[in-house]
Amino acid sequence: MSLLRYRSEIIKFKEMNFTLKIWRQENARAKGRFETYQLQDISPDCSFLEMLDILNQQLIDKFEKPVCFDHDCREGICGACGLYINGRPHGPDKGITTCQLHMRKFKDGDTIVVEPWRAKPFPVIKDLVVDRSAFDKIIQAGGFISVNTGGVPDANTIPVPRKNADIAMDAAACIGCGACVAACKNASAMLFVAAKVSQFAMLPQGQVEAKERVLKMVQKMDELGFGNCTNTGACEAECPKEISLSHIARMNREYFSATFNA
Amino acid sequence: MIRLNAKIPEGPLADKWTRYKATQKLVNPANKRKLDIIIVGTGLAGASAAASLGELGFNVSAFCYQDSPRRAHSIAAQGGINAAKNYRNDGDSVYRLFYDTIKGGDYRSREANVYRLAEVSNAIIDQCVAQGVPFAREYGGLLDNRSFGGAQVSRTFYARGQTGQQLLLGAYGALSRQIAKGTVKMFTRSEMLDLVIVDGKARGIITRNLVTGEITRHAAHAVVLATGGYGNAFFLSTNAMGSNGSAIWQAYKKGAFFANPAFVQIHPTCIPVHGDYQSKLTLMSESLRNDGRIWVPKKKEDAEAIRAGKLSSVDIPEEDRDYYLERRYPAFGNLVPRDVASRAAKERCDAGYGVGTGLAVYLDFTDAINRLGKNVIEERYGNLFQMYEKITDENPYKTPMMIYPAIHYTMGGIWVDYELMTTIPGLFAIGEANFSDHGANRLGASALMQGLADGYFVLPYTIQNYLAGEIMTPRISTSLQEFQDAENAISERISRLMSIKGKRTVDQIHREFGMKLWDLVGMGRNKDGLQQALTSFKDMKDEFWGNIRIPGDAAGMNPELEKAGRVADFIELGELMALDALNREESCGGHFREEHQTPEGEAMRHDGKFMYVSAWEYQGKDKEPILHKENIDYEFIKVQVRNYKI
Repeated sequence: MSLLRYRSEIIKFKEMNFTLKIWRQENARAKGRFETYQLQDISPDCSFLEMLDILNQQLIDKFEKPVCFDHDCREGICGACGLYINGRPHGPDKGITTCQLHMRKFKDGDTIVVEPWRAKPFPVIKDLVVDRSAFDKIIQAGGFISVNTGGVPDANTIPVPRKNADIAMDAAACIGCGACVAACKNASAMLFVAAKVSQFAMLPQGQVEAKERVLKMVQKMDELGFGNCTNTGACEAECPKEISLSHIARMNREYFSATFNA
Repeated sequence: MIRLNAKIPEGPLADKWTRYKATQKLVNPANKRKLDIIIVGTGLAGASAAASLGELGFNVSAFCYQDSPRRAHSIAAQGGINAAKNYRNDGDSVYRLFYDTIKGGDYRSREANVYRLAEVSNAIIDQCVAQGVPFAREYGGLLDNRSFGGAQVSRTFYARGQTGQQLLLGAYGALSRQIAKGTVKMFTRSEMLDLVIVDGKARGIITRNLVTGEITRHAAHAVVLATGGYGNAFFLSTNAMGSNGSAIWQAYKKGAFFANPAFVQIHPTCIPVHGDYQSKLTLMSESLRNDGRIWVPKKKEDAEAIRAGKLSSVDIPEEDRDYYLERRYPAFGNLVPRDVASRAAKERCDAGYGVGTGLAVYLDFTDAINRLGKNVIEERYGNLFQMYEKITDENPYKTPMMIYPAIHYTMGGIWVDYELMTTIPGLFAIGEANFSDHGANRLGASALMQGLADGYFVLPYTIQNYLAGEIMTPRISTSLQEFQDAENAISERISRLMSIKGKRTVDQIHREFGMKLWDLVGMGRNKDGLQQALTSFKDMKDEFWGNIRIPGDAAGMNPELEKAGRVADFIELGELMALDALNREESCGGHFREEHQTPEGEAMRHDGKFMYVSAWEYQGKDKEPILHKENIDYEFIKVQVRNYKI
């Protein structure tokens, strides 16, 4: 046991080399292109974004412009980071964001292709940075419960069945990164919208505005140019928080009931 | 010397806030529309304040550097939020939450502020439930609680390991609703670079658009800073990469006093440092200490063998394990406050008992898994275990986690009075950006409580007491000379940074500075080290301003330029931290002066000399700031030596 562990640690620290093909684009109007970079001696324990940090340090040393990418918390919760890596949002690992991806998931000598989210409602700002403000607009259209500060009842006044609270929490885990849109061939935002609609549909506090909410959010989503859902499930497969398609089914029920009762 | 007036209302402790609210000045609805408020930062404090003030009818502008207000770093808080609901019937009360917070803060915070915090804590939970925050519930449908450090009751409300996320999304929802209504104007990817003062009052800010590089002026009748703490000065911390101290630092340079800069919280349970390419440290929630037991080997030779890879944790029999927190602090065990747990880990590692790289201890769930079953543990901490495994490639259900303390939170911040107003009239500071409620050490699950207390329930009252005097002031014009001057100064600073074209990257200098700050102004501090830090930071400033290299140009998106401005401020802030730590010749809370400890290694306060808040006043470049002291008077509770042993 101990010896095995020792050996595995030696293997663990072997450093790796990569070829990177990264999308570079000066600004929203400029034409983009892939640039190729060689990167040596990367530790397998290095995160994907730390690997890009190392590349950027080398670029700055050569008086070149570093690669721009969105990132902030680097622990998988803020939803800022999002890279399209080898044709998959957030790369080859499951249930994580780009910042939680580690280089041990790649093989020494791999070529890695890095692109921004590709979706019409998410225009490129620079290099790998895209504009996801469309998501904020969808929430502003109705992704909330309309209560002002103060004057609300005691928190334990309305019991919520634990099962429902758990489903609401599953949906509420969405970090708004946009991987679902990037994964979808139609650039549909159904999983993102469904996560919010479903969270409130499962809670008694969300019932009062339920109909209005789903209609307004879906309308805004369409208006912003997100595509239709054709139930391929690519969004669920790539969602870093593994949000289930069942939330889309629940939103559809909410939507139809709101339409017919309107 | 100016005497600091905290403006604490008269009367018995429990009546102060009620009395304040009953007698403060208010602004009528017609006048609210004519008053502009700027809020910088959209974390729990900023988003909740912007939403609440927008609901009241003020004309609010909110700013964040992220691409969306939903991404502020409050989102990363894992464990929970405290409130004195006493739903457990375990003896909790507003007074007990107040008392635990004062004691946890090692008797360096104001009674009146902390009592108000405990008093409004219950309303926060009510508010969040009404917003649809999916808190954890029991089978009967009522809210569940868990325990956190420094308390003997279970008063922490939680939403799995993502409480901060859920509370922030609740506040973000409320904010989004006001944005849609037009009461709040939201500016994303915008960084505040300076504060504008007109006739002695805060009247606006200068921002840089992080996409276009454009410098813009914004005016208002009052400015609120909700920009969080300055833990990222250390380079490695649990903060987000963009978290910075620049907004509060500019406020300090414009005359806002900076309080207790040396009070920094080092969180005991973080994933240890593992490589020199590392960009940040990841926290493992304090809630894990509910079920995890912390230990190192009893025998030095076992620790050495583990470090050499010849033994692993499972090879150490029970009798050879030292559960040092349970040994040293039988009454609180693994749930001692953060500063105590952090120092105890450092003590064991410094003595040669560390595992992993030598700077790590075990956090072991074996007993809890045997007692409760894997399912229960997975239910409670599943996402944390997954996070740990993704980073370290080790399965914490099978082998114990390895953890080590890391910089997490700053109790110090801009000095504010009871109304959360700084020493600059019209400038307010809320949440982690101010210094007000946590003394020398913050208890777990209290940051979320304070952020939302300030934003939902305190500032919306107190700011009116100030704004009531501004109803005759017409909209402030951004064409005033003061705005022109501030904008010119910012443009000059940016040109200067861009023109250095030296040899070193911002990260290289920041990393070097951060390591020094950690070594000399970190978990253990002494006079020689602090003096050395002061000299060394002066050299680092010269190195920065003489040798930094920023590629690209100032127009358009340039993350290196953004970082450079923040690091320039961090180095200056580090100097003030060292100066404050040098002045405070005692140990209290997160501030540990090695010269001041008991024979058992516990922190030793000197209440006779240091029962005060240090509030530093800027005097100009390269001049030593002036120290003002706000004495802390304990009228209602008896000050004691903090004891978590019995």
